[in-house]
Amino acid sequence: MATQGKAPRRGVAEVALPSPAARVTVRKTYKLYVGGAFPRSESGRSYVVRAADGAPLANAVRGSRKDVRDAVRAARAAFPGWDAATAMLRGQVLYRVAELLEGRRDQFEAEVADAEGLSVPAAREQVERAIDRWVWYAGWADKISQVLGTVNPVAAPYFDFTIPEPTGVVGVVAPERSSLLGLVSRLAPVLVGGNCAVLVASEGRPLPAVTLGEVLATSDVPPGVVNIVTGYRRELVPVLAAHMDVNALDAWGVAADALTAVETSAVENVKRVARGPRGGDERFDWLDDRRAQRPEWIAAFLELKTVWHPMGM
Amino acid sequence: MTKPDSGPRSAAPAGSASSAAAATPAASGAAATPAAPVASEAPPDNRIGTGIRAVVGRGTDQPASWGLGDGQAIPWEYAPAPESREIVQLQGRYGLFVGGKEVAPRGGQWFTDLDPATEEPLAEIARASVEDVDQAVGVARRAYRRAWGELPGRERAKYLFRIARILQERSREFAVLETLDSGKPIKESRDVDIPLVAAHFWYYAGWADKLDYAFPGRVARPLGVAAQVIPWNFPLLMLAWKIAPALAAGNTVVLKPASSTPLTALLFADVCRQADLPPGVVNIITGPGEIGLALVRHPDVDKVAFTGSTAVGKEIGRAIAGAGKALTLELGGKAANIVFDDAALDQAVEGIVNGIFFNQGEVCCAGSRLLVQESIADVLIEKLKDRLATLRVGDPLDKNTDVGAINNAAQLAKIEELIEAGVAEGADLYQPACELPQRGYWVRPTLFTNVAQSSRIAQEEIFGPVLSTITFRTPEEAIEKANNTAYGLSAGVWTEKGSRILMVTKRLRAGVIWANTYNRFDPTSPFGGYKESGFGREGGLQGLLAYVRLEDR
Repeated sequence: MATQGKAPRRGVAEVALPSPAARVTVRKTYKLYVGGAFPRSESGRSYVVRAADGAPLANAVRGSRKDVRDAVRAARAAFPGWDAATAMLRGQVLYRVAELLEGRRDQFEAEVADAEGLSVPAAREQVERAIDRWVWYAGWADKISQVLGTVNPVAAPYFDFTIPEPTGVVGVVAPERSSLLGLVSRLAPVLVGGNCAVLVASEGRPLPAVTLGEVLATSDVPPGVVNIVTGYRRELVPVLAAHMDVNALDAWGVAADALTAVETSAVENVKRVARGPRGGDERFDWLDDRRAQRPEWIAAFLELKTVWHPMGM
Repeated sequence: MTKPDSGPRSAAPAGSASSAAAATPAASGAAATPAAPVASEAPPDNRIGTGIRAVVGRGTDQPASWGLGDGQAIPWEYAPAPESREIVQLQGRYGLFVGGKEVAPRGGQWFTDLDPATEEPLAEIARASVEDVDQAVGVARRAYRRAWGELPGRERAKYLFRIARILQERSREFAVLETLDSGKPIKESRDVDIPLVAAHFWYYAGWADKLDYAFPGRVARPLGVAAQVIPWNFPLLMLAWKIAPALAAGNTVVLKPASSTPLTALLFADVCRQADLPPGVVNIITGPGEIGLALVRHPDVDKVAFTGSTAVGKEIGRAIAGAGKALTLELGGKAANIVFDDAALDQAVEGIVNGIFFNQGEVCCAGSRLLVQESIADVLIEKLKDRLATLRVGDPLDKNTDVGAINNAAQLAKIEELIEAGVAEGADLYQPACELPQRGYWVRPTLFTNVAQSSRIAQEEIFGPVLSTITFRTPEEAIEKANNTAYGLSAGVWTEKGSRILMVTKRLRAGVIWANTYNRFDPTSPFGGYKESGFGREGGLQGLLAYVRLEDR
């Protein structure tokens, strides 16, 4: 087990003069994840993703307005099924994601180390915590309505209760800095409540998000429940914020100087907006379980439904 | 509510019933003479707005049948039963309530508040300026820092209990004033609005010293100064929904009531004084919408709560975008009231009537779309028309009145415009032939049938006594049509089949759903919408969340 230094780098920065004995690696093409498939952008564009030290890692898809719209359509189509899944099933489906993440630990460690400029042990801690956090949220699936729901003692002969339901399609602007742990911390609470997500990955560090899409594709999460778009945030986020079929927006990853415009767009169809800490999440400690995993983050993307029934003979 | 046997029964022909009504001494002021619908002759005023002639009776030349043979009007009559307005002592002028005192507006401007039932002026009301807003927010901030925010919960609780008790003690005064100012029937302000107001303060009073038990693992801290803007349909009830949870959680407030209904809020200022509430904890400023916008924009406001139209809610959302303020919005609705073929029809008719004619239909959660299963549509519509003919429209202070005055001239114009649009789009209009007072703002109970799903009266919030009927064949179709709107505030379901209630309520995208009942409210029961009907809840434990910041223990 390596205990120091950077992880060995792969990707386009790899030195290109192989010795006759060395094997030429098969590189991965990083694509979008939309509706359970891995399309390239309809725009045919890409951009170079660089490691923390500036070395090029890979080309990522530079998604477009239309890619976001396709992703929203896929999310909306997936919503009735995901919403109707029993709480226990949703919990098991999400737990299965953690099982698969565990099997890909090495790959995520390398990608997180490259993206965030972390040592191998530091990257490993990020990945392990991300997996554990996924397990933590998966377990909420069949408990959150017992914590947030109530039977209301109304002063009349009615049986009156309040239960949480998913908001619908949620746009998630993933944290820019924490490429896997931050992303998981914001995505898992959206999903466990029964929402479908359209996620805009970190612009500078998008590769772990794309690999997460590959994990989701081979898990039991139905196609369209999570859709991942990479690209330039200035192009993607305004489209997501203004989209009339997106019901809520997680704006944790929105830069402070873009927040006013994003919130203004979001008003158009009364989106619920979850904001990060004031002044951005630059100093937010995603490893701190007490702060970074909270049932309130599930509740932020839930609606409360109150139902009245008369009591009589 | 209606006691049909309380009046003298008459089997006389329609003509003599009319003359009996004419001989009844008129109620004081502009009270409506309750008139029986007379289908065989043209009623004295059968028009709404301009250009529309109401369809009388069943839309044919046959009168409604009351089981007494054809050709008869409703065989009972009501004597006027006006509630005395003696109990209300109106001031000539009402200033702003800032820092525990009534103060004159800095701009020196006043506006006139009208009684919508008579168009007579009730009082002169201060028009706050931006400087007044600034001062009120500053006073609220100081009260938050020095008095309220640090006061132990048990002390805050006792103030709120005091307020609840004083509201109960002065309930008749508040009910009469609310009816005078808003035009709603006295029986609603007396039996619904004011009791709920007191109950709301009572409920949240008990939370003030129990916040530690409200949110497991979290400490609930107040947000600071709350800016609250409320509408004219339930003036004091909306005040209670806003102020009670805010104060229980330790916030101070600046509240702006609607400019057409400021009086009960200003009388509530007197309740605050009687309760010895520390000055500045509750501040009430009056003025037009732009003052409300100035209030929510104020940089020293931490929390914004708004109830009103979706259009204004969006304006407020844009005004504070990026400012980091906490926001809750309770906006418009276009609720579906769904009646299945196995429903108890007479109960459903009462629920439909309560759903759309309660408070003249000026209710965000009004059941304004009647979705009725095709096989029972004819029977239900007949029953509904019969029931509409018995609704008494007129003097809001009359204890027999079912439908009072529309709150203001602009709203009346909007309702009339949408009724005309409904006719123009091809829907069939029915209105009972009740007489309307000569002055004031009135709309007859209105029923549209054969309404297209795309029609404006099926899509837009009318906020008036106008019901649009749409039919469906299968539960799937009912759910799809019910959800086919940008709104998602409320819905009703009428069926005797329990499993269907549970499945339909699960699949309706709305925040409050009444099964085999409609328009019930309670302080313990969270209220609020899905989609463009807003976010956040008012009432119940969940209603506290709108006024607290949760910190780790």
